Amino acid sequence: MGQVFSFTNIFGKLWGINKDIRILILGLDGAGKTTILYRLQMGEVVTTKPTIGFNVETLKYKNLTLNIWDLGGQTSIRPYWRCYYSNTAAVIFVVDSTDKDRIAIASKELHMMLKEEELLDSALLVFANKQDQPGAMTAAEVSQALNLTDLKDRSWSIVASSAIKGEGLTEGLDWLMDVIKDEQL
Amino acid sequence: MSTSSYKKSDVGNRGAHGLPDKMVVFQECLQQFNASPVNAKKCRLLLGELLRLIYHGENFPAAESTTLFFSISKLFQHKDVSLRQMVYLAIKELSSTSNDILMVTSSIMKDIQAGDIIYKPNAIRTLGKVLDPSTVSASERLFKNAIVEKNPILSSAALISSYNLLPIAKDVVKRFTNETLETLTSYKQFPANQFQLHEYYGSATTNLPSTSYMYQYHALGLLYHLRNHDKMALMKLITSLSEGSQLKNSLSIIQLLRYINKILVDDENLIKILYPILSSYLKHKSDMVELEACKVLINLGHLIKDDEFMQIITCLQKLLSVPRTSTRFAAIRLINKISIKHPEKIMVVNLELENLINDSNRSIQTLAITTLLKTMGVGTVESESGGESVDRLITKMTSLMDEITEDFKIVIIEAIENLALKFPSKHKKLVSFLTDLLRDDGTLTLKSSIVDALFDLIKFLSDESGAKQLILMNLCEFIEDCEFTELSVRILHLLGDEGPKTSNPSYYIRHIYNRLVLENSIIRSSAIISLSKFAVICGGSLSENIEILLKRCLNDVDDEVRDRAVLALSFISNKKKELIVKEERYNLNVLESKLTHYLNGGDFSKKFEIEEVPLLTTEELKSMEYGRKMRKLDNGSEEEKEETTIDSKDQSNDNKSGSNGNIDQTLRLQAFSAELSAIPEFSTFGNLTTSSQSIYLTDKENEFVVSCVKHFFISSSKLVLQYNILNTVDHMILQDISIVTQPDNELYQEDLIIQLDELKPQQQGTVYVVYSIPALTDEGEGILSAFGNTLNYIHKEIIDEEGNIDPSDEGWADDYQIEDLVITPGDFIQPIYNSNFASIFEQLPIEESSMYNLKDFGKTLPAVVEKLTKPLNMMALDGSDYVPDDSASHTLKLLGKDVWGGKVALLVRIAMTNGKLIAKVQAKGETEKFVDVVLDGFV
Ligand SMILES: Nc1nc2c(ncn2[C@@H]2O[C@H](COP(=O)(O)OP(=O)(O)OP(=O)(O)O)[C@@H](O)[C@H]2O)c(=O)[nH]1
Ligand SMILES: [Mg+2]
Repeated sequence: MGQVFSFTNIFGKLWGINKDIRILILGLDGAGKTTILYRLQMGEVVTTKPTIGFNVETLKYKNLTLNIWDLGGQTSIRPYWRCYYSNTAAVIFVVDSTDKDRIAIASKELHMMLKEEELLDSALLVFANKQDQPGAMTAAEVSQALNLTDLKDRSWSIVASSAIKGEGLTEGLDWLMDVIKDEQL
Repeated sequence: MSTSSYKKSDVGNRGAHGLPDKMVVFQECLQQFNASPVNAKKCRLLLGELLRLIYHGENFPAAESTTLFFSISKLFQHKDVSLRQMVYLAIKELSSTSNDILMVTSSIMKDIQAGDIIYKPNAIRTLGKVLDPSTVSASERLFKNAIVEKNPILSSAALISSYNLLPIAKDVVKRFTNETLETLTSYKQFPANQFQLHEYYGSATTNLPSTSYMYQYHALGLLYHLRNHDKMALMKLITSLSEGSQLKNSLSIIQLLRYINKILVDDENLIKILYPILSSYLKHKSDMVELEACKVLINLGHLIKDDEFMQIITCLQKLLSVPRTSTRFAAIRLINKISIKHPEKIMVVNLELENLINDSNRSIQTLAITTLLKTMGVGTVESESGGESVDRLITKMTSLMDEITEDFKIVIIEAIENLALKFPSKHKKLVSFLTDLLRDDGTLTLKSSIVDALFDLIKFLSDESGAKQLILMNLCEFIEDCEFTELSVRILHLLGDEGPKTSNPSYYIRHIYNRLVLENSIIRSSAIISLSKFAVICGGSLSENIEILLKRCLNDVDDEVRDRAVLALSFISNKKKELIVKEERYNLNVLESKLTHYLNGGDFSKKFEIEEVPLLTTEELKSMEYGRKMRKLDNGSEEEKEETTIDSKDQSNDNKSGSNGNIDQTLRLQAFSAELSAIPEFSTFGNLTTSSQSIYLTDKENEFVVSCVKHFFISSSKLVLQYNILNTVDHMILQDISIVTQPDNELYQEDLIIQLDELKPQQQGTVYVVYSIPALTDEGEGILSAFGNTLNYIHKEIIDEEGNIDPSDEGWADDYQIEDLVITPGDFIQPIYNSNFASIFEQLPIEESSMYNLKDFGKTLPAVVEKLTKPLNMMALDGSDYVPDDSASHTLKLLGKDVWGGKVALLVRIAMTNGKLIAKVQAKGETEKFVDVVLDGFV
């Protein structure tokens, strides 16, 4: 037994499967970050309160252990995001696609964050969330508003999603896993 | 083996207390807590090291503390329950130094909602530290749910955290009232598996109690704070809780008893409702509860009937013989306290007390003896055949004296002294006990305490008793063979003061002269001074003989002795009596405070005004000392009062209007005088004559707490009423505050009022109202008056968190009726002491008398006496403030000095006739008309 166990251990290490993958979910307040986190973890929509601080959950996804940190997006909490940047494999940036008024602020926060040295190697997944709402901007519109095409030195992708209906989430995550496997393990 | 050596290298070198190095731990924490994946066990141990450092008082600079905090917050990703508990402990400690603590709020809330039962209580306790006024309301539901939670540990944690939140969010916590009430009377059991999780308890779970009811204690404590401004609500709570033994937890019952005590101290009339509750706890399965009930009832002793008091004694009597030492100690301590004022009430436990003399615990022994000394003393006073029990007691003491340590002997000596002071008629036996002891072997400390006791007795026992002569003669004998120079000197000094006034001064002169021949130079020097006093006081042939004796000393080998002899001789021959004996002395406390003031002032071009320091006559000095002595006797009860009023800061100085003229009084006056003279309006008023104690004109729990001090400037006939007002309403600002006063004596004329502009919440301020005091010669109502008081103000609501008001808000004017203020005769009197009341009374020129019906003055004679003497502010002499409980009549001898400098003396005879309490008062004095005032204001 012990023999076999240690063998898989070495095997696992080779493939990086044993390493926890650290993912941050960021975005303005009310974008749906917490809703997305628990939708992914429990497969259901929970009632949320504005996050004062963070939620952290571990979930297994396709043989990988993901360590997902959902940080609060209120103005008072944004300055603390940087305390959680180190060792981050990927950032999921959630945008409320119905919130046209604040898309510029979202863009500013996104680019400021991406400038941080600790996040230079992290992949970026943007969820253009709340697609179930009438009048929501499309993924393309969001992409444009966020100037995503300016990003050259990192893998990124934008996915239209609805946390409430559960649409787009796995699609986005699948993309992210592929990138991480390719680039970081 | 290998593990322990691994650990050592792991955390580096250890410091002085085996503490790990701070920086090493810090670095290690950062590394481990940020690792991926987290090693739970390692992190747990590291947090342990970190907490050890913090608990030892180490702290980290702000930057490091912040870094640590964020690293620790990352441990929330791990689900290990023990790790999570450690995380909470650490965050709780860091919460005071880090501002970023709010970053764990959501995580904590989630743990409280859905976390493991093991760390939920930790989570709640930490939440209490993390919340600030802006986030508190978001957690309202969480708290409410946790308070009513079935698990008592969780419920307690929530209650305690709510309690801790009171200062920052009282309004929110107030909304938990219903939940707290529900918990208070609920039954919560420990979860069955709570302890099995830990191997220590593993097999023995059957021995564990199913609940401790501790949450009741926590709930009660919280409720009290939510309701203590509302007396009716509090009363309701108390009465409902005492029905059907709702409270199971002993601590919570004790707490309840203390709250009852507090209420009663404020409002004695509630005793009728509350007594049954208190007495019901005299029989309880917990001895702590019984003791607390006794304690509260003893404090309220003056409110309850004799047979009710006996129930307390019976309860204590039972507790005196329980096996637990601490209980016996607490019981005897309470009995001792009763014995100070009412020794006759505890005579029934004499037998138990005698047994306790041989108790294994030294403190219990001591208390047993000192208590016995008091009760036996009463025995002899009451039965005129007496003497027997004092004899028995003294025999017991004498035999005991050989076996006990010196500390213990000193306690007994003090007790004997007190006994002699309280019961002067029994002094002979007691004095001889003391002097016998003086002749035995003993150290300086022991002998000093005996000499102290004897000195006091000389000072305070009345001259007629003959005690003075007896003691002085014994002291003479003692110095014939005294090995302690220090004591000889003190005794010689006393002989010089007291000897000349006795009938046989030459007896003492002989003894003193022997010292001049036989002793060392220090003693010889004081013998010279002592002799010179005899010379100037006695005069005549005695003086000439002393001069001859002193002349012989001019050849002494010691220069100090020679110098003193020369000086003494020259003073005597030049008739400079005042240089040898002086009747007046400076008030040292005032002198000290004036000197300090002078030195700190730094202006030495002006000379120090020694005239401003009052001189005290020997009589006044004695009054002070007597007062202090008597207060020391009553000390037991004072101490307790402090204890029960611990959280209302400024109460301590108001509950006993000083029937003892004392030094604090003078200092207080000094302070007031300085304070008032700084106010320009009062600059022409002259010297402050006297200031009253501070008197509360509202309940201390009121929205506005008002107290008043009466200041009298007799030379300019001004009365300054100083109203101190405290605004306790959190959301209100008061403006333009004044007090409308309405004297019922029309001769009082209001001169001016100094208003107060504004009072913010929790601020205190002062309004002054000045009256002209009518002249004493005025016919009619004289100088007594009652003042109706109304508080007037404009009232504005606070609208934001900074405590601002809306500038356009004009507020609305309101007034508030507060209690009346009375000017009593005592306001014009200082208590003074004299050991010879009869002759003073005889000599006073003016006399008036009057009869009073004391209908509403209380049931028992002691209560009546206390109620009568308090407002008079005179000193009860010859122990006449002590009334044996069962006596049917009593004579009270009171002496004081009025503010115009004359003496006032009252002889009050109280008797029960035809079921009515009648007082016949004979008042004598020196100040024209004031005697009438005293009689006017007598009841
Ligand atoms: N219609 C719709 N509502 C959504 C969707 N995702 C989230 N919401 C709602 O948006 C609100 C905010 O969601 P949260 O998940 O709490 O937002 P958050 O980003 O965590 O906000 P912070 O914690 O304050 O940073 C909630 O009422 C959600 O139900 C979505 O896809 N569609
Ligand atoms: Mg959130």
